[in-house]
Amino acid sequence: MEIREKVIEIVAEQAVLEPSDVTMDSTLEELGIDSLGLVESIFAIEEAFDISVPFNANNPTESEFDISTVRTIVAGIEKLVRDQKP
Amino acid sequence: MKRVVITGAGTINALGGDVPATLEAMREGRCGIGELDIRDVDRLAVRIGGQVREFEAENVFNRQQLTLYDRFTQFTLVAAAEAIAQCGLEFTGELAATAGVILGTAGGGVSTWDDNYRSVYEDGKNRVHPFVVPKLMNNAAASHVSMQYNLKGPSYTVSTACASSNHAMAQAFQMVRSGMSKAMVTGGSESMLCFGGVKAWEGLRVMSRDACRPFSANRNGMVQGEGAGVFVFEEYEHARARGAEILAEVIGYAMSSDAADIVMPSKQGAARAIAGALEDAQVSRSEVGYINAHGTGTAANDKTECAAVADVFGPYADTLMISSTKSMHGHLIGGTGAVELLACIMALRDGVIAPTIGYQEPDPECALDVVPNEARDADVKVALSNAFAFGGFNAVLALRRI
Repeated sequence: MEIREKVIEIVAEQAVLEPSDVTMDSTLEELGIDSLGLVESIFAIEEAFDISVPFNANNPTESEFDISTVRTIVAGIEKLVRDQKP
Repeated sequence: MKRVVITGAGTINALGGDVPATLEAMREGRCGIGELDIRDVDRLAVRIGGQVREFEAENVFNRQQLTLYDRFTQFTLVAAAEAIAQCGLEFTGELAATAGVILGTAGGGVSTWDDNYRSVYEDGKNRVHPFVVPKLMNNAAASHVSMQYNLKGPSYTVSTACASSNHAMAQAFQMVRSGMSKAMVTGGSESMLCFGGVKAWEGLRVMSRDACRPFSANRNGMVQGEGAGVFVFEEYEHARARGAEILAEVIGYAMSSDAADIVMPSKQGAARAIAGALEDAQVSRSEVGYINAHGTGTAANDKTECAAVADVFGPYADTLMISSTKSMHGHLIGGTGAVELLACIMALRDGVIAPTIGYQEPDPECALDVVPNEARDADVKVALSNAFAFGGFNAVLALRRI
């Protein structure tokens, strides 16, 4: 729950929206987040959760990290937080 | 060849947040140099500078912009907004397709380098913000001006240390004079007043710890400044046809290289640039009423520059005025020629010569009329602006009243 809220907060800030405007099914495209905004979101997520996200901006769709919707991003981060727990 | 005029000017520097405030300070001989207000200043031996104060970037730019704008870009955009608003041009269609922006900077995003090195080296962080590269790159400022004003012609950044702005403006002038562009945005910017930036200059041991006193026998070095100057250079007939206000005409330039020493200036190199600018502008020595000196306040520059001026002008060296406004706004390094061009415009347009302040003792090696301490009214038709850089690269611009 905490991860979900934080991710929505980060995504909303990038999209210049209220967190209530961001749903789990929103795509980054729908939210108006471009490639630079995506890279900045990933940075903010890494900082917030102290994790390393395997994301390559050269080829976002083929990264291990699924960015198709807010839901897949949250799921990906939950796994990374579990796996990378010190 | 086309005639080239200046139809817009903008600035932010230690003397003021725009052109009117800067010119007023120059007229009053006000000093913008003071105690540096930067992080870790207690670890610096040099603690003064011409810092831009009363500028809150957060009030001018939004959060997204601030993640991309280093301070040198912020200064550039503030100055460009003033210049482009004044010129009244809207860059669309054919005008936009050939209009570009050429800016000078020596260091680019120095404080972005500084902040992020601090973060990874001192704080031991292993992650930096994704925009570090587009924020610190030397062409960032020019790129943002191009994007903001739809300038789609030739644009680039010139980096020739302390002559960067003069080289940039010479290039923009050449493009308009040759007919390549109807209008070019040009000038330069610098923001090195952060711990690493000042520390690097400190290492050279040419910095004054109390004041910049160009041409004064008791001068003891240069003082860094920061800020930007931006101009719109426009083809004369184009400006006239639309009834634009013309600030001055740019009539020539010359560039030369000393091919001698990496830091020591050469009289011959400087003289060739000054004489070359007169020749390019087709003006005689007797017509030049004012020179905005490079005048850094170092022993080496000031006597070399005065000797070069004396060589080129011969008997006329005693009838012209030469002042260094660095005594007031500090040395803006790659942005310095741009801010100093304002003093030339003021001389031509308003008939006011900006003084060399802090002048205390005559130096027989700088025996020219350096307009000591107080501005002077004078009728000036032609003015020159000198810039002589580390690395031996010189660029001199010539302007005429219109």
